[in-house]
Amino acid sequence: MKIIVLTTVIPDLIEELEISPDGKSLDKTYLRYIPNELDDHALEEALLLKERHGGEVVVLALNIREETDEMLFAALAKGADKAVKINGDFEGIDNHAKAKILRKVLENFEFDLILTGVQTVEDIDGYVGPLLASYLAIPYVGVVSGVSYLKDTLLVKKELPGGLLTEMEVSIPCVLGIQAAENPPRYVAISRLRQMMRTAKLEEFQCEKEKNGKIEIKKVFKPEIAGKAEMIVGEPEEIVEKIVKILEEKGIIK
Amino acid sequence: METLILWIVFLVALFLFFRRIYILIRLLLLGKFENRFDNLSKRVIIFIRDIIIQIRHLREPLIGIAHFFIFWGFIILAIGFLNILIEGLFPPLSISFIAKNRYFLILQDLFIFLVLIGIILAAIRRYILKPPHLKSSFSATLILFLIFFILLSLALMEGFESVIEKEGVLSPIGSLLLNWFQNMDINTAKFWMNFSKWTHILLILFFLVYIPYTKHLHLIAAPFSVFFTSLKSTGILEKVELKEDERYGASEIKDFSWRDILNGYACTECGRCDRACPALASSDVLSPKEIISKLKDFMLENRRILLKGESKPLLGEKITKEELWACFTCFACQDWCPVRNEHLQLIIQMRRRLIEEGIMDKSLQDILINYSRYGNSFGQFERTRAKWTQDLEFKIKDARKEPVEFLWFVGDYASYDPRLQEKTRILAKVFNKCGIDFGILYEGERNSGNDVRRIGEEGLYEMLVEKNMEIMKKSQFKKIITTDPHTLHTIKNEYPYYTGDRWDVLHYTQVLWNALKNGTLKIQRSLNYKVTFHDPCYLGRYNNIYDEPRFILRALGLKVLEMPRSRRNSFCCGGGGGHIWMEEKEIKERPAEQRVKEAASLKNVQYLVIACPKDYIMFTDAIKSVGLEGKLLVKDIAELIYEAI
Amino acid sequence: MKGDIFVLVEHLKGEISDITFELLSCGKAIKEQTGGTLFAILLGHNLKSLIPDLGCADKVIYVDDENLSEFSPEAYKMVLVHLLREKDFLFFLVGNTSYGMDIASALAAELEVSCVVNCKDFRFEEDNFIFITQTHGGKILNEVSVPNKAVISILPGSFSAEEGKREGSPSIEEIKSPVSLSTLKVRFKRIIEPEITDVDISKQNILVSVGRGIQSKDNIPLVEELAQLLGGVVGSTRPVIDQGWLPLSRLIGRSGKAVKPKLYLALGISGALEHQEGMKGSELIIAVNTDPTAPIFDIAHYGVEKDLFEIVPLIVQRLKERKGS
Repeated sequence: MKIIVLTTVIPDLIEELEISPDGKSLDKTYLRYIPNELDDHALEEALLLKERHGGEVVVLALNIREETDEMLFAALAKGADKAVKINGDFEGIDNHAKAKILRKVLENFEFDLILTGVQTVEDIDGYVGPLLASYLAIPYVGVVSGVSYLKDTLLVKKELPGGLLTEMEVSIPCVLGIQAAENPPRYVAISRLRQMMRTAKLEEFQCEKEKNGKIEIKKVFKPEIAGKAEMIVGEPEEIVEKIVKILEEKGIIK
Repeated sequence: METLILWIVFLVALFLFFRRIYILIRLLLLGKFENRFDNLSKRVIIFIRDIIIQIRHLREPLIGIAHFFIFWGFIILAIGFLNILIEGLFPPLSISFIAKNRYFLILQDLFIFLVLIGIILAAIRRYILKPPHLKSSFSATLILFLIFFILLSLALMEGFESVIEKEGVLSPIGSLLLNWFQNMDINTAKFWMNFSKWTHILLILFFLVYIPYTKHLHLIAAPFSVFFTSLKSTGILEKVELKEDERYGASEIKDFSWRDILNGYACTECGRCDRACPALASSDVLSPKEIISKLKDFMLENRRILLKGESKPLLGEKITKEELWACFTCFACQDWCPVRNEHLQLIIQMRRRLIEEGIMDKSLQDILINYSRYGNSFGQFERTRAKWTQDLEFKIKDARKEPVEFLWFVGDYASYDPRLQEKTRILAKVFNKCGIDFGILYEGERNSGNDVRRIGEEGLYEMLVEKNMEIMKKSQFKKIITTDPHTLHTIKNEYPYYTGDRWDVLHYTQVLWNALKNGTLKIQRSLNYKVTFHDPCYLGRYNNIYDEPRFILRALGLKVLEMPRSRRNSFCCGGGGGHIWMEEKEIKERPAEQRVKEAASLKNVQYLVIACPKDYIMFTDAIKSVGLEGKLLVKDIAELIYEAI
Repeated sequence: MKGDIFVLVEHLKGEISDITFELLSCGKAIKEQTGGTLFAILLGHNLKSLIPDLGCADKVIYVDDENLSEFSPEAYKMVLVHLLREKDFLFFLVGNTSYGMDIASALAAELEVSCVVNCKDFRFEEDNFIFITQTHGGKILNEVSVPNKAVISILPGSFSAEEGKREGSPSIEEIKSPVSLSTLKVRFKRIIEPEITDVDISKQNILVSVGRGIQSKDNIPLVEELAQLLGGVVGSTRPVIDQGWLPLSRLIGRSGKAVKPKLYLALGISGALEHQEGMKGSELIIAVNTDPTAPIFDIAHYGVEKDLFEIVPLIVQRLKERKGS
């Protein structure tokens, strides 16, 4: 099976997020970027499929931040066969443009399956998975948490509300948006990662700028924390007393 | 004719013996080279202490004494045996002046008696007292019987010899037995003398051949395992330098060093390591003794293919990942081992390979990712590391910006854990009261890496060391203080391999005792509680610091009670080796729970005093789960000092 | 801006999902600014009986086809592209759900219109619609201006489902599929129900829920004890389920169950959006978390900035005492 995995880095949400002075985007100066967790799941699922059925796993990423390098080397260390860094001017890029760039780059690759995390924390104008599938004219199924390969088709488990799963048969080639891999993403020992960084090479592509979708982001801001919880303070015993009282008042306990 | 038979028997025995030894040596040489040939004079001293005088054995006094008798008995009896053998092989030679020497005979008889006492004590211990983890195996029983009959045959030889000699030099036993054999005629005596001599020789030759097939191989291997012991400070790990294709860690025999393999040969299966092990006390998954014997068994079972140069993994097949992850790295096993086996070297090397292959609990994986992204196990970002200082009335110096005398390496738990932050503030206040010039690294500090290293993530450890070194090299300080003994251990003993600097690193109890001793910290109030002190593994066994905490407690007026397992025998809280983050599986009773029960068993004790942040966490949780709340309270030494000043 | 508003009806196991009503209520609000007709598009097989529930819409377009009896993203996409291509629509509203996420962006790409996802709200300003979307785990809001036709994907819980529910008889246009659905590349096989060896948390009045803060499977019994004393049951967030510490049936959130108990006790839960979606309708939410910036505190009624291991045993103790006396 020839599998492509699309990955990206995203801002680490543990940081305090600041808005840039013009109010139209995030202030990226002190932001730390980390690999998108759902893309890690996509990579894990790809590696599992490779282990079961043989084939090749190629990881692609747009070089939007310097942290992309480490993410790609980690993918190689986990067992990906090739890692591709796509360079270009990505200032203000949205998912439509990203998908168009990816389509162009994918002309250089043969593939049966494209996996990517079903979403990132930055999606505004749609999701990369279904957009790319549209441009490539191949099917897309998202929120997938299990993929099996049976003789030219894939059987995927798609999550529905209420803990339900729906099983669907999907023709190859296709794009799948992964919600969860069958196993938690594997660990990369720092020593292996460093070794990769010393010895392995990333394939690089240069790409042209593509047009964004037709929306305009007018303002980016932080939500007012209106309706914040009433904090109960004091020593633990006091707090517990207050909680018990609240429960009594509401008739939850007698 | 007899000489010929003796020659044949002797040569056959030698052949069988050396053939086995040859295989064992070839297997040993499959291991990597390791330089244990330095500092010969120090090694000789250790050899004398542990093999000649056998000080280590006296930690278990009954068997320590018995073993001393048996050991020395062997040496003396061997001299006598050599005499008999040479006489038998080379009849013309007559070196019986050794064996006929009156003083030698007295010595020999004395040791026959002592060895007899020794094996009786050993038998009582093994079959009646039955200490845990000491098997009553076939080979152990056989050996005791062999020794008994070797002694008996020798005693009878002396008896019959006395009938033959009548006048001349007699041994004490000989004289004794002469009373019984008075009426024996000389020819009968000669016959039985010969019979006893042959029995004696055959038993000893059998014993010789039997040695390398059983745990008695330790007779040959233990002197080497002791001589080639690690001369480095207790429990330090050395920097790992790998060649291009080499992988971290060990999975096959050829990944281990010859000294690692020697562990298998030197092990006497005494069970001291098992008896001391907190993992074995809380679940059946890990036995340190089993790790060593599995190594040896694996090699012997697979010797044909291994000697051919084929690969076969020990890790996963014979030794499981569950066993390896169960270890707390408390060092009790290695500390107790009479032949200086190095259990932790084996465990950590195998852990390194597990890490490299990503085989670990997901909870542990998440912690490692936290370490690599944020430099701490809490997954909190670096900027909040010094948030605990905000509630202090004074400002702690920033060691990155101004020179200080003491650099206080605060540590993750003391900085980030909400349950511990107040105690860290108290320690800061106490330092302030001492008037010592100290500072911290604020956001520049990263986890020191001790536990990361014990988990086996060597690459991550090096990354943390590099980050810390960068900051520390830019700072000016004379000494380092640590809150956590884990931090103490690695910065003091292992960082020098990377930094080239040898810093003066102290635990806060040492600094505070100094302050109390020289009067810079004055006690205002005497505390009147009954307390007991838990020696942290990394303060006590790893760094030999036992007294300062106790001196402090007594100086505060506290009555210090000792738990049954204290000082070197301290029982680990179960938080080390990564366990404070792991899910516990198949546990009968957690080590921390066993320990707090041990503390609570002391009459009228009020406080369990600790000097390590992880101990605080483990013990307060344990007290809640065993229902000792209100009966026993965990207190940090700094808290008590603060109360008293 | 003028045009018609189209809403995709989401249904599962023969019932219309709440998100549809939320979309209808949103559609109604948009219509107030634009005029135009509010359409509901229902794709399925033998679902005529559902149409009366869509009274909020002006018109219902019902496409009946055997191949639409179960959801297939491809089938839906093909039908909708054909349908909408000829229509003069202003906005096509879908839910930001497992169904909607599959088709919204693809549809927009095929129809060459704009797309906005993760919408929470909208504003009408100077003849322009501004949609407010949520990103970065809820920490950031974006005002997105949409110049023309667009597919809008709306987060569940953003609009009131009640407002969108109305019995009625909208005019119905029942048609066959405009495109052949016989050779789909994405074919439904079956639905896998979760094992019902366990309680149905959505029917509980009291839920004690745990997140990453519970740290270990061994700590679950403590919380179960608390739940029992309160007469409730234990639920959890995704990370706990992923670790295998609780069965999937206890998952609360976008991929799990939506719950509205009288009491929702959130212990060690940060309050990620996917989870909030599942429980923010609860009557009384009390959250315990050591992190004061945790998003859970934005929707909780009461908050406690302490370690759950400090608080929970004390609550258990107090409740036991009260029961005793």
